[in-house]
Amino acid sequence: MHLPSGTYSDSYQKDMAVIHTRWQWFLFIAFLLALFLFPLFGTTSLVHLLNSIGITLIAVLGLQILTGYTGQISLGHSAFIALGAYSSAMLSAKLGLPFFLSLPLSGLTTAVAGLLIGLPSLRIKGFYLAMATIASQFIIIFIIGHLKITGGPYGMSVPQAKLGSFIFASERSYYYIVLIVGIIMTFVALNITRTRVGRALIAIRDNDLAAELLGINIFYYKLLSFFVASFFAGIAGSLQAHYITVIHPEQFNLTDSIWYLGMIIVGGMGSITGTVFGVGFMMILRELVDIASPIVASSFPAIGGSAFAALGQIVFGLVIVLFLIFEPRGLYHRWEMFKAYYRLHPFSY
Amino acid sequence: MTFFLQLLLTGLMVGMVYAVVALGFVLIFKASSVLNFAQGEFLLFSAYFLWTLLIPLHLPVWLAFLILLVFAAVLGLLVERLTLRPMIGQPLVAVIMMTLGLMALIRGIVQLLWGGVARDFPQVLPIEPVSLGGITLSQQYIWSFIIAVAMFIFFYVFFQRTKQGLAMRATAADQQVAQAMGISVKRVLAMSWIISMVVAAIGGFLLGTINGVTPFLGVVGLKVLPVVLMGGMESIGGAAIAGPLIGILESLAGGYINPIIGGGVNDIAPFFVIIIVLLIRPYGLFGLKRIERI
Repeated sequence: MHLPSGTYSDSYQKDMAVIHTRWQWFLFIAFLLALFLFPLFGTTSLVHLLNSIGITLIAVLGLQILTGYTGQISLGHSAFIALGAYSSAMLSAKLGLPFFLSLPLSGLTTAVAGLLIGLPSLRIKGFYLAMATIASQFIIIFIIGHLKITGGPYGMSVPQAKLGSFIFASERSYYYIVLIVGIIMTFVALNITRTRVGRALIAIRDNDLAAELLGINIFYYKLLSFFVASFFAGIAGSLQAHYITVIHPEQFNLTDSIWYLGMIIVGGMGSITGTVFGVGFMMILRELVDIASPIVASSFPAIGGSAFAALGQIVFGLVIVLFLIFEPRGLYHRWEMFKAYYRLHPFSY
Repeated sequence: MTFFLQLLLTGLMVGMVYAVVALGFVLIFKASSVLNFAQGEFLLFSAYFLWTLLIPLHLPVWLAFLILLVFAAVLGLLVERLTLRPMIGQPLVAVIMMTLGLMALIRGIVQLLWGGVARDFPQVLPIEPVSLGGITLSQQYIWSFIIAVAMFIFFYVFFQRTKQGLAMRATAADQQVAQAMGISVKRVLAMSWIISMVVAAIGGFLLGTINGVTPFLGVVGLKVLPVVLMGGMESIGGAAIAGPLIGILESLAGGYINPIIGGGVNDIAPFFVIIIVLLIRPYGLFGLKRIERI
């Protein structure tokens, strides 16, 4: 990793810091200010887009810790988000808990569920684990869709978030909840990966037998990874439930799980900033497909109504295939290359 | 009792078709250790392509089949060369994601080219139901069963008795040693994909005759994962046995449990089987064991 020339560290703390120079501090604070002030300038649909990006970001951060850092391939993340959404819905609708209590509690319940579902990872790896997570995705959604208490196949309505007497009903007001929770969760994810836990997870990803030999308790860390990832997914699910206020088992399907994994690949596996890039890129791509579909449908009338579904799939598939062939290390790697080029110019290394 | 036998036999027939689909998965996994999640979509594509050859273009059945098989072979070659060759040496997540990306891409292309419209094949296999002592079986199922069994016998003989088959088994066991022995690993990988695509084409035809050619044909690919897992991901014989087993399980679950819970159990039962198999015997009935003691 290259730093701007002239920056050096004279303590371990400084070396491990994320922000090194004053210019980086300035940019960081300016970026945060821009984020906080955005709803005052942006259109409602853009605020809605940022809300979706924020909620997805929290979920995919969890998946990044699980798959990018620990190497446990999970194609069932959407089911964890569903668990978070439904547990938050039940805590606030049936038990009457306020939103700011049901948010962390639903995260915890999903984390415990994730612990149980992660138990197979102690015995199986690779393709087998991927298949187990696909199976758990289908089974969890099936169970949710068939219980009377969750409304079964008709879905469930969720009360809106309240603070005192203020109801977070509009996109702009909810934006601040998503923003604050998102910043906290990104901070937590970044710090998990920078500490001893993060290094242990990376060791398990690279070679779990060797990690066990080195004294890292892989049982504990694999389960911890599932716990943390499911916690993130639970928080994201709870946010989503109270945002759209009606949840339905079909909102959480295998296609979404595949998209989340795709976001990690596109952004860069094993890096938190990569997750932000990946989520932003894919969600904006989805918006563009949304906008472009009516245009495609009208210029090729033979395709008609199925243009949206077809275009979405083709664009996703093409993006994934092309990224994997040409840039398997994702957008984060490209960004690092760009920064290195900029900092080292006119030298090449 | 006849209800039970009816379910049993229907499950057996449908299961054999699942076994044919599973064969496609197993062939690729056997040679390159890649689970091709896009296999179901290749079935879908082959089915729609065959439909286009048969109905709008009015080609005779034998010519349509010939073109389909050639097309499937070319498709397999292209996919292997363009998308899976760069994945050699990449981490597992990249390979899985590549096949998932292919799945989405092909599903999208099928929807773009043929819309979301369900089609029917012209009648190639006879359709009158056959009655055996109170149990009615559609002849299409019986013919599919016969074709499936013939395919399995063919591939079993191919892998056990021919030199090509031996080369493929050697590459599956250890690519580097096979290369050192003079086997062209590139050619073996290409061959395995070509064969798998041809199997997918035949599977697409069988499923298309039974269920009609719908955009949901691709979902069969995911449904067949329990079969692949239970039989052992490298075992052709395992797929032949696990297919009917899962088919019977699905059929019985649908017949006996569906009325109690209200539907959908027959789709989810194989996934419960995945979990049980993974916990008890991850390598399936006949898979190769990789023993790692932690």
